Amino acid sequence: MNKIWIITRRELASFFDSLIAYVIIIMFLGFTGFFTWLTDNNLFLIGQANLQVFFQISFWTLFFFIPALTMKMLAEENRSGTIELLNTKAISDWEIVAGKFMACLLLVLIALACTLPYYITVSQLGSVDHGAIVGGYMGLLLLSAGYISLGLFASSITNNQIVAFLIALLIGIFFQLLFDIMGFSLRGGVGNVLNYLSMRTHFDSLSRGVIDSRDLIYFFSVIGVGLTFAQAMLSKRNWQS
Amino acid sequence: MSIVIENLTKKYGEQKAVNNISFEVKTGEVVGFLGPNGAGKSTTMKMITCFMSPSAGDVRLDDLSILNHPEEVKKKIGYLPENNPLYTDMPIVEYLRFVAEIQGVEKSKISSRIAEMIEMCGLDLEKHKKINELSKGYRQRVGLAQAMIHDPEVLILDEPTTGLDPNQIIEIRKLIKKLGKEKTVILSSHILSEVEATCDRILIINRGRIVADGSSETLRKQSQGQELLTVQIEAPDTEVKNELLALDSVETVNPVEDKEGFFTVQSKPDQESRKAIFDLCVKKKWYLMEMSGIETQLEDVFRDLTN
Repeated sequence: MNKIWIITRRELASFFDSLIAYVIIIMFLGFTGFFTWLTDNNLFLIGQANLQVFFQISFWTLFFFIPALTMKMLAEENRSGTIELLNTKAISDWEIVAGKFMACLLLVLIALACTLPYYITVSQLGSVDHGAIVGGYMGLLLLSAGYISLGLFASSITNNQIVAFLIALLIGIFFQLLFDIMGFSLRGGVGNVLNYLSMRTHFDSLSRGVIDSRDLIYFFSVIGVGLTFAQAMLSKRNWQS
Repeated sequence: MSIVIENLTKKYGEQKAVNNISFEVKTGEVVGFLGPNGAGKSTTMKMITCFMSPSAGDVRLDDLSILNHPEEVKKKIGYLPENNPLYTDMPIVEYLRFVAEIQGVEKSKISSRIAEMIEMCGLDLEKHKKINELSKGYRQRVGLAQAMIHDPEVLILDEPTTGLDPNQIIEIRKLIKKLGKEKTVILSSHILSEVEATCDRILIINRGRIVADGSSETLRKQSQGQELLTVQIEAPDTEVKNELLALDSVETVNPVEDKEGFFTVQSKPDQESRKAIFDLCVKKKWYLMEMSGIETQLEDVFRDLTN
């Protein structure tokens, strides 16, 4: 646990040193703020004291921003050879992956924490369904965790950051959109499975304030699979040809 | 801490980068790996440091095997990889702290270890700079500092002096010699004089196999068969070469290119021809300007074994 935290701290420091953290947080607040408060479809027009608009915008914003966070995580280490430094120190592959995962998740958490004024504002405007808002934030966090683990996997298979970014988006778009669409058009068992695989299904039910163990199991499975694959790619050097 | 390497093999597909290598390094020994590019030096080091697992064979540090206890082995090894990769966005002190924490140095000792390393590697003037602001030589020092920060019992250095200027090279060599008194050191290099100056023992590797093993003197003696001399003779006639060849103990005589009056003389096995050459000059009334033995260089040994 201690070793994981050492990696997390370094990665977080590097986010803030390289300005990535500030750019991401400002852009996230800019996008979500603009669409939540200022556009045609804004919160005042809908006339309901909830954050559904914000959650829907964040759902897409995070989808695009998270690959930008994860792309350099392992790809850059592969390119510069620093992975050899890490791998020959007293730290396991799992701790390296987990540390990097935590760093990305903490940055997303900071960005989300910056939107708490939205919640405070809305709660001043009318009676708010607190459960739905807690559920929505939880959904965003779990969704982010899922995409971070998939992004880490994408970053682990290449030494080029742009390739890592694009692969993360490619894998992500299935969970974000395509499984959903295919799930609708296909009937029967396959349709149900695809529907279950879609992030949107689970995110929507969480953001309505329904915390169901099936949704939680889904998110934790995605996270687990992504991290396991990323770790397997790190350990690949030990596979025998 | 001694290192035992047993039948170590690494295959890349069909190609064997390291082919059934076995050797032992005792505590306090400084061993130099020599070999042409692609001979398997780095691959061997990568296996010892648990970066790659071997296709066959084992490496043991005292009783710890790299196969069963990689975590403990890694803690005992300080490794400077080839090309010296570093997190270039970090300041030196931060970077050393990061490495010390990962290697499990006690919290209370970290600051003093960092100060020691900065002193030892001569980084004092640059210590607050980021690594990407440093010149290559200073980066190499940071690489050495990070390898030694947890005071490991074993040091594995892959080409430790590349990119350093002559003064720095001498400093680093001194440092390695000093460290080698208590620690077990394996270093690789393609600079022969460097290996000769720092190592107690030399291993020459070629195409994944060990082709020579011993101190630089032993290796030189092994390959030095016949006596070889350079002579300079000032003589009026041009028959010098033939007269020299006529001596009993001389096997071959070759004029040195571009140098008038210089010859390389090789004696027959186990024979000596200095006196005979002198006597010949006296008899013929030639002037003997110079006569010196050519000692076999490590370069020659290396070239013999790896060509």
